[in-house]
Amino acid sequence: MDLNQLKRRGHDEWHISPRGKMRVPGVIYATESLIRDMDEKVYEQVTNVATLPGIVRASYAMPDAHWGYGFPIGGVAAFDPDLGGVVSAGGVGFDISCGVRLLRTGLTVEDLQPVKELLAEALFHRIPAGVGSTGLVHLDKREMDAMLAGGAKWAVGKGYGLHEDLECIEERGCMAGAKPDCVSDFAKKRQQDEMGTLGSGNHYLEVQQVVKVFDAEVASVFRIREGDLVVSIHCGSRGLGHQIGTEFLKRMAVSAARYHIELPDRELASAPINSEVGQEYLGAMRAGINCALANRQIVTHLVREVFEEVLPQATLSLLYDVSHNTCKVEEHVIDGTATRLFVHRKGATRAFGPGHPDIPPSLREVGQPVLIGGTMGTASYVLVGTKESMTLAFGSACHGAGRSMSRHQALRQWHGREVVKDLAARGILIRSPSMRGVAEEAPGAYKDVSEVVDAADDANLARKVARLEPLVCVKG
Amino acid sequence: MEPQWEHFPHQSDIGVRGLGSSKEAAFEGAARAVTAVITDPDFVVPAQEVSMVCEAPDDELLLVDWLNALIYEMATRKMLFSRFTVRITGHALQATAWGEPIDVARHQPAVEVKGATYTELSVKRDEQGRWIAQCVVDV
Repeated sequence: MDLNQLKRRGHDEWHISPRGKMRVPGVIYATESLIRDMDEKVYEQVTNVATLPGIVRASYAMPDAHWGYGFPIGGVAAFDPDLGGVVSAGGVGFDISCGVRLLRTGLTVEDLQPVKELLAEALFHRIPAGVGSTGLVHLDKREMDAMLAGGAKWAVGKGYGLHEDLECIEERGCMAGAKPDCVSDFAKKRQQDEMGTLGSGNHYLEVQQVVKVFDAEVASVFRIREGDLVVSIHCGSRGLGHQIGTEFLKRMAVSAARYHIELPDRELASAPINSEVGQEYLGAMRAGINCALANRQIVTHLVREVFEEVLPQATLSLLYDVSHNTCKVEEHVIDGTATRLFVHRKGATRAFGPGHPDIPPSLREVGQPVLIGGTMGTASYVLVGTKESMTLAFGSACHGAGRSMSRHQALRQWHGREVVKDLAARGILIRSPSMRGVAEEAPGAYKDVSEVVDAADDANLARKVARLEPLVCVKG
Repeated sequence: MEPQWEHFPHQSDIGVRGLGSSKEAAFEGAARAVTAVITDPDFVVPAQEVSMVCEAPDDELLLVDWLNALIYEMATRKMLFSRFTVRITGHALQATAWGEPIDVARHQPAVEVKGATYTELSVKRDEQGRWIAQCVVDV
């Protein structure tokens, strides 16, 4: 990205002054080197989002921002319904409520070593992953609607997991305001065999070790220590979310003119929050969030079953579950007044600061855990939300490394089997049904997650707590 | 000219492009390009037939609808497709796709396609009169 288009306002804060039809400025949080590497399309997409009706304060991009569709991936924008604000299906994307959850095991790396291969095989065989895979849970229409209304809470009620898991999931495991009736039969059919599946692409299940703790005080509240063995799950709302996104994107693109919404890019398909289409989308999208929460809950249950067999001394407890493709109603202070806003995070993690009432009581004093997924060859991070983040970007932070290379390029550069072999030599066991998929997800195809996380830390969006490195990775 | 296809780069996802002597051929090429995101289309045996219809207010939205109809059939039938015939009348499309159930060992499916997007979406003729139909798909 051309730095001459931006005004530097701090070490890691860059502004785009409003011009043309922009209603608010654009703000990008990143280091100079990350900005230089960002595609010019990020600039275009940040400025496009700034033209949407009812946008408040600024159109934001996180340090991992990259060229998305409509919004940049790593984009954050909030809309005020009383100012004609919109909800955007493009601003949430296809993988509604895709997210990461982290489980403590109560074990250390030493406990894993004797059974590492066995655990990798067992996880690979038990957790459905990859194109065409089907889950073990099949829902009829009634159960589908109950799942869409209840989320992880529904899953726990069905025996998938523990009641105490719910406390450590955003929305306490159940997104309010979900309307299963607003979800089409097509979307429900697409989901009927996909509950409890990982999916493919950048989704994964990893057994990781905590290799470094940066903030001992917060790590102690999160109950993690160096050497601990943890499990990370990254997946979303599967076919149901994809179909909701597809259908509402078209409805909103077609209806935008009727609502006098000028779309600089059709992918920004939006509707007024206070409109029939807007309300139906919110009902369906919230059902999609519940689907993702239920999905991660079922996968968690399967992981617990595998540990019970392979490492029965383990106790898997949920540290936290974050979603990074959502639109949520939140209260933020605008010009000194608490205002109800519809906050879109597309490839961005909620990162509420200490004391926020939406954080579980056991974690509230330090802030919300922010889980950043890396690649199968590098690292993931645990961060914590800051007080400053609430005013910097509506309590948001980055969500991952972000690709630096297209899938096509990656495929030309790496062979899946070699990637698996190289990582095995470094002690990382990869299990995947597709070697082509592994090549496309090669660690070298991603940006340096540490640089992204350092930038988020420097910008005060979230503070580093711990670094996790993979030992076993199941890829779709 | 037989329908042709190619991919074009997008940082996080992938662009699909069909090219042909008619709009229909370009749409058929774009569909084959979607399959190629997942696997080598030459490995997919066109054994079973599935019919699809869709309708949209303009050519571009029709392309997205067509690719999304195909993605839906792939997802719900757990199939991959390699041969396509498309007929377009006004803003309505009728299509038949031939393919087979996914065989993970043989197809090595790389990634699931979540949906066709409006990014880099275009249906047009180039200077040589060749039809081009393209968009980015989310994976």
